Amino acid sequence: MANAKSTAKTAVSGIFEYAPAPESRSVVDLKASYGLFIGGEFVEGSGGAFKSVNPATEEVLAEVAMADKSDVDRAVAAARKAYDEVWSKMPGAERAKYIFRIARIIQERARELAVLESLDNGKPIRESRDVDVPLAAAHFFYYAGWADKLGYANLGPDPRPLGVAGQVIPWNFPLLMLAWKVAPALACGNTVVLKPAETTPLTALLFAEICQQADLPPGVVNILTGAGATGAAVVAHAGVDKVAFTGSTEVGRMIAKQVAGTSKKVTLELGGKAANLVFEDAPLEQAVEGIVDGIFFNQGHVCCAGSRLLVQESVAEEVVDRLRERMKTLRVGDPLDKNTDIGAINSAEQLARIQTLTEAGEAEGATRWSAPCELPERGFFFAPTIFTGVSQAHRIAREEIFGPVLSVLTFRTPAEAVEKANNTAYGLSAGVWTDKGSRILWMAQRMRAGVVWANTFNRFDPTSPFGGYKESGYGREGGRHGLEAYLDV
Amino acid sequence: MTAQLALDDAGLRRLLHGLPPVDQVGADARAARLGTRSIKTTAKAAALDLAVRMVDLTTLEGADTPGKVRALCAKGVHPEPGLPDCPSVAAICVYGDMVGTAKAALAGSGVKVAAVATAFPSGRAPLAVKLADTAAAVEAGADEIDMVIDRGAFLAGRYAAVAEEIAAVKAACSSGGHDAHLKVILETGELATYDNVKRASWLAMLAGADFIKTSTGKVSPAATLPVTLLMLEAVRDFRAQTGRQVGVKPAGGIRTAKDAIKYLVTVNETAGPDWLDPDWFRFGASSLLNDLLLQRRKLATGVYSGPDYVTVD
Repeated sequence: MANAKSTAKTAVSGIFEYAPAPESRSVVDLKASYGLFIGGEFVEGSGGAFKSVNPATEEVLAEVAMADKSDVDRAVAAARKAYDEVWSKMPGAERAKYIFRIARIIQERARELAVLESLDNGKPIRESRDVDVPLAAAHFFYYAGWADKLGYANLGPDPRPLGVAGQVIPWNFPLLMLAWKVAPALACGNTVVLKPAETTPLTALLFAEICQQADLPPGVVNILTGAGATGAAVVAHAGVDKVAFTGSTEVGRMIAKQVAGTSKKVTLELGGKAANLVFEDAPLEQAVEGIVDGIFFNQGHVCCAGSRLLVQESVAEEVVDRLRERMKTLRVGDPLDKNTDIGAINSAEQLARIQTLTEAGEAEGATRWSAPCELPERGFFFAPTIFTGVSQAHRIAREEIFGPVLSVLTFRTPAEAVEKANNTAYGLSAGVWTDKGSRILWMAQRMRAGVVWANTFNRFDPTSPFGGYKESGYGREGGRHGLEAYLDV
Repeated sequence: MTAQLALDDAGLRRLLHGLPPVDQVGADARAARLGTRSIKTTAKAAALDLAVRMVDLTTLEGADTPGKVRALCAKGVHPEPGLPDCPSVAAICVYGDMVGTAKAALAGSGVKVAAVATAFPSGRAPLAVKLADTAAAVEAGADEIDMVIDRGAFLAGRYAAVAEEIAAVKAACSSGGHDAHLKVILETGELATYDNVKRASWLAMLAGADFIKTSTGKVSPAATLPVTLLMLEAVRDFRAQTGRQVGVKPAGGIRTAKDAIKYLVTVNETAGPDWLDPDWFRFGASSLLNDLLLQRRKLATGVYSGPDYVTVD
């Protein structure tokens, strides 16, 4: 019936051209250089320094210390001391006060955090302002509430903390991933040595300031900036009782090998190649929004991104037509402009990887279509792109691209949808779009994915556990399940 | 289209219920996201003037008098008496018995006269009365007729009756050498579900509506952004399928310039720029105009003026 044919219209209107609406940078007080945060203080690092770059302009934002092994030793020692002398002994209700205080300070300094996150990561201010920072605060609020109720989490009568947690986080949601890691660790009575990603260390350092502002006892949170070697040293350190990692499956596999045979507990949250399944009876207009949110949110730098669109063949043409029309209205550009939908790719390295995989997609015979948008001359940008005519055998249907690139495949029956959706090495998330409640439940039972979204995509909540099947990792973060990773049960 | 109108209730039901469903949570979220667009400086100035030109300045009270209507007409033609760069509104919207007064007051101004008809706002009258109501307004010179659909019939599934009534009123709009535009009020606040809004939009368009309009303004909720979003999607899809463009008019409850700009953003990014014109998009409003004028002044002068610097009517 409502078969939307492509029309010649473009949504960029001469009548109503949005003027630039940049968020002010003045709220952020950037220092020329940053040290490491150990034992409650900023200290010099021993491994030299590296630069953090604004991916939208390639401008250097700050110099950041590179932590080496001796710095890791210092940080783990500080965390151990804080654990033994203060944090593990403190009643849960007292720990909760600090965590609540951190949550409130994140809210108070939300704009500063959002602007800094967009500067350092390249994500649009709309997302850092409306998603990353509010969710980070929500995680601290949520886990603060658990701190004095751990005995009621169905994990035994008096579950004990593990000790020092070594945490390594990725560059796609720098502050939010920090919150996912730090909040449950602190609530459960552990202390933390956290290594933010090399390309996005700045909000973690601002978080260190927030810990000072909250009077968090020294050593409870330690932040070591650096590259892969720093992270490896944190993971390998004999004084670390618990390893939590979010990042690539490749590195996750190395970590699993490294800690095998030790007493360290490990949780890994790795890659994904999620299927977003659209049935013919779906609310198509909202499904198109969900497809857009699924793959273009955060430039597609999302481990649970809906990067494989599986659409029922009977509506495939209509859905793809509508999707193309919608993609023409996406605004790509300055991350600090409040009207930007898609910001900068986080690094030249990531941009090159996206380009390699999209070239492979074309070479393998899939049809490429990119939204007609002007990309800024400087910085790392990639136009939102879809591939049609993709088959399960193509690299772009199997490998994680981690960019704004969607592969469109079709299916004929629910059984075929399940089979294709599960036919991946990953299993982090899936989306199901249908108006039929019974089919949602039928699909959810059969999806081998940690999260199944029904008629929505990429929705996060601190009360909901998140984690993967298969090569997407193990362990859960968020919700009551997220406590288990930080308790001796 | 006449073939479709020849359908009985069951046929129309199959057609309307075959439209893709609407997920309310998703539609609300999309509208809320569109509401976060930041429209500044030159874009804001353009949007405010466009919004003024789209206003159907309305008075629909039992207490309306010729004096009140003439005052409103004067305001509609020159919303800012001292600022000649301020455009006129699109139309003055009144009850049918005030059409003659409004028509005389607006002569030569280019501002149109819209009349509500068909036993507005409830629509509870025999068809003959509704058609006579319409014909009287058209003969008195109304350029546009705002009719209400029979919500009772719609909710009871008597879609053919709703469609036939719209078609009959449409015919009455063209009677006696006149050709008034027909706006069809769905009264979305009484239709309650988004699926119903979508189906009623399609039904009205199939039956010949020139415009689809959210509300009478007498029922709460009146216009909302998500409902307007759905109607904009419907007119976009209808044009893609039939080639005929239909306008959209949210009415009731839009009181601030900020809200009006959210609606314009939604038009721009849903139906597209073809609808960014008073011929295809209107605001049914009374108090909105003054806030648009105050914001216009603020943008031009950099300072806020008070309610006493714009006229009450």
